[in-house]
Amino acid sequence: MSSHDDNLPVLEADPIADPGLPDHTWRPTDVDPAMARRAERQVAFWFTLSMVCTVLFFVSYFAFQVGDDPSTFFGLGASTLFLGLTLGGALLSIGIGVIQWARKLMGDHEIVEYRHSAASSSEDREQALAALGLGAEESGIGRRPLIRNTLLGAMGLVGLAPIIALRDLGPLPGDALDHTIWSKGMHVVRDVVGTRILASELIVGDLVNAQPEALFTGGPDGGPMEGVELQVQKAKSSVIVVRMDPDDIIPGKGREDWSVDGIQCYSKICTHVGCPISLWERTTGNVLCPCHQSTFDLGDSAKVVFGPAARPLPQLPLAVDDEGYLIAQDDFDEPVGPSFWERDSQ
Amino acid sequence: MSIDTSKVADSNRDEPATPAKPSKAGAAANWADERLGLAGAMKKQIRKVFPDHWSFMLGEIALWSFVILLLTGVFLTLWFKPSMGEVTYEGSYAQLRGIQMSEAYASSLDISFDVRAGLLMRQMHHWAAMLFVASMMVHMMRVFFTGAFRKPRELNWVIGSLLLLLGTLEGFTGYSLPDDLLSGTGIRAADGFMKSMPVVGTYMSFFLFGGEFPGESIIPRLYAVHILLIPGLLLALVTAHMLLLVYHKHTQWPGPGRTEENVVGYPMMPVYMAKAGGFFFMVFGATALMGGLLTINPVWKFGPYDPSKVTAGSQPDWYMGWPDGALRIMPGWETHAFGHTISWNVMLPIIVLPGLMFTILLLLPFIESWITQDKREHHLLQRPRNAPTRTAVMVSLMTFYGLLWAAGGNDLLATHFHLSINQITHFMRAAVFIGPLIAFWVTRRWCISLQRHDNEKLLHGYETGIIMRSPEGGYSERHLPIKESSAYTLTARDRDQVFTPESETDDNGIAAPGSRKERLRARLSRLMYADNVQKPTREELEEAHHHAEHERELEAGLDHPASGHEFDGHNLHEVSDEPLRPHH
Repeated sequence: MSSHDDNLPVLEADPIADPGLPDHTWRPTDVDPAMARRAERQVAFWFTLSMVCTVLFFVSYFAFQVGDDPSTFFGLGASTLFLGLTLGGALLSIGIGVIQWARKLMGDHEIVEYRHSAASSSEDREQALAALGLGAEESGIGRRPLIRNTLLGAMGLVGLAPIIALRDLGPLPGDALDHTIWSKGMHVVRDVVGTRILASELIVGDLVNAQPEALFTGGPDGGPMEGVELQVQKAKSSVIVVRMDPDDIIPGKGREDWSVDGIQCYSKICTHVGCPISLWERTTGNVLCPCHQSTFDLGDSAKVVFGPAARPLPQLPLAVDDEGYLIAQDDFDEPVGPSFWERDSQ
Repeated sequence: MSIDTSKVADSNRDEPATPAKPSKAGAAANWADERLGLAGAMKKQIRKVFPDHWSFMLGEIALWSFVILLLTGVFLTLWFKPSMGEVTYEGSYAQLRGIQMSEAYASSLDISFDVRAGLLMRQMHHWAAMLFVASMMVHMMRVFFTGAFRKPRELNWVIGSLLLLLGTLEGFTGYSLPDDLLSGTGIRAADGFMKSMPVVGTYMSFFLFGGEFPGESIIPRLYAVHILLIPGLLLALVTAHMLLLVYHKHTQWPGPGRTEENVVGYPMMPVYMAKAGGFFFMVFGATALMGGLLTINPVWKFGPYDPSKVTAGSQPDWYMGWPDGALRIMPGWETHAFGHTISWNVMLPIIVLPGLMFTILLLLPFIESWITQDKREHHLLQRPRNAPTRTAVMVSLMTFYGLLWAAGGNDLLATHFHLSINQITHFMRAAVFIGPLIAFWVTRRWCISLQRHDNEKLLHGYETGIIMRSPEGGYSERHLPIKESSAYTLTARDRDQVFTPESETDDNGIAAPGSRKERLRARLSRLMYADNVQKPTREELEEAHHHAEHERELEAGLDHPASGHEFDGHNLHEVSDEPLRPHH
């Protein structure tokens, strides 16, 4: 297929020749003054309706108070409901009116505009190139490589400045991800309330959401931790304590003494992308992550039995203190949460 | 161009439109033009022609929802506090009073319960965001299916793809700002995604969060990105998108008088100004109704973010659903070597796959033009059926997307339809590979059948539904020719040309340079075009019409319909009294 000068293709006139634009047909509103007046009244009606809706919007704004009940009408707050309805009505009416106007009363002759190739003409191109060449010639950038190269060097280097300046966005990771606040002898306490857990209180099938006691005592003046420090520790030190029938547990290698009478403690943070794991199925001894459905078998060192996670949940070695309360033997022996490049353990 | 407007709503017009003496508006226009010289540009643009078709409205929805997002977003910034500083909530919502939460969450609650029209604006903002992303996607599919991305519009396709990407990121950052339990879980997962990246992942996470997750910087940083950085880029790209649209002039459907060299439609002023402007108010009004009537993202029900908690059925906003689905069905692969860990199970579905899909999206126009070697400009749209392979490629991508999206709701599928989540996951693992292939094949054959049907209509006319009986007792359906304008519209398309490489060896039997590439191109071109049904030639058409006339001659005198009851005694009335359907 040949392309002609204009770079626009010629549509083949086969097998049927273009019959050309159809004749224009007049609309009822063009030929019947009564219809036109009717359409005019319709358009004006919509604009008037819009004004009514806007006034009602003002009324609703002052008449309905916002407050603590978001469910006055059909589960919706009165204020939001009426403001939405009146604002929607006001805007829609303008839209409908204007479009009605365009369709019924404005001229509806289709008009034709001719296209031009998107490319510039060859004269324009030549002139542009000539101007560019002249500019480059006058600047002497081609003849003076010293200037050009030092300029490139300067621009490149100064471009690094904003990147360097972003350095203080955050600290370097260091080994922060490898450790949690858990340490030898730290009490395992229930989350929210912070009470210690008596091993004998737990019955088979219980699962307790727990945290290190330091979250409740490690803050200023021995009080609860606060702010960022608390959030960071919650995000990685949260654990689940579960009591299972010891016969249902296959102890992991080297983990024979990590549980107390079938009570085991695992990190609550999913090894996939870090959601807290929360769904406990006591009949199978599985916990399931609600984000991406990774399933871990707590009877078998929390190995992955289903889903996209690749590693078992880290286990916290448990013991009891003199009074029978659960304590940690030590910190986790591997990083908790999702994998990362520097992570150096299986 | 002079057109006859003599009758246009003349009943409105009792006075002549031109004022008798220079008006104040005229003086103001003169003042402005003496300084800005706008008349030169305006004289061309004010009557600029826009063609009419419902599918050209989809991009407009995206544009207007972006404007609504800017307007409602400004309202929200007046009250929202992008801070993770802890406060005790003392506002109107009784269930959360006295609870520690971030200022961001507390101010989101205030906007919802203590600012009049606050909840309306929040919900309108969220609904408009849904609409923005959705309409961009549908608009993009329209552009692809109709071939509107072809030369000279490839760059506008690239800009559009960037808009879709940025719009999605903008949605995610905005969704995260209220700092509720659901969105916080989303940020946490995003932290996991980042950490999965080799070498730089951990550093990126620490720099973004200002330390270990969750830190106290992420909300203010996302806020800056959400209200300044991305909207600025979006605004610039939207402007470029529109300028290119104006420069290229809009594509149009082929039809009588509509060619590659013209554009037929209504002028910008007044018709398109009114239609597009009116449509802005329609979209705005519909968003307001949705904001008032349909609850979306009720953050007060989720509670403040707490890194040790999560809700069941955690789901991102719908446009993030497909990579989440990929994440869910990915097997748990991880490599540990030389003291480092690579989590394929996270990196492949959430970093590599979206990047790959986006690259494919960007390249689609360039891949097609490389195969076809078509260097011409195209301003007439193609019906999806007339580009069967292209249509099949998009349907195949849509199937891939849709299956992953469904996989992103595998927990909901399981609970709603009482299915096993394991089985759904196993099914999806296979379906995301097989489904797109089936979709490709079915769509392609479907399109080709439709092409065949078009040719039938051209050659033999349309089916009238009238059954004719011949003197021998045979029955046939009567076909009548279609209107000339319809026939022209059906044939107003190019004949496809399969690319055949020039001889692969030169005279001395030495392989021509780049012949492997040429062979690949030829194979792809065959796949793309070889099975397509081409429009009939003039000879075929004439012969068919000749044949039809002959048929009609044979049928002469038999011009009465048969009811099918001629011999069974149920022929209650005289069918020959019934008139034939009038000719079309």
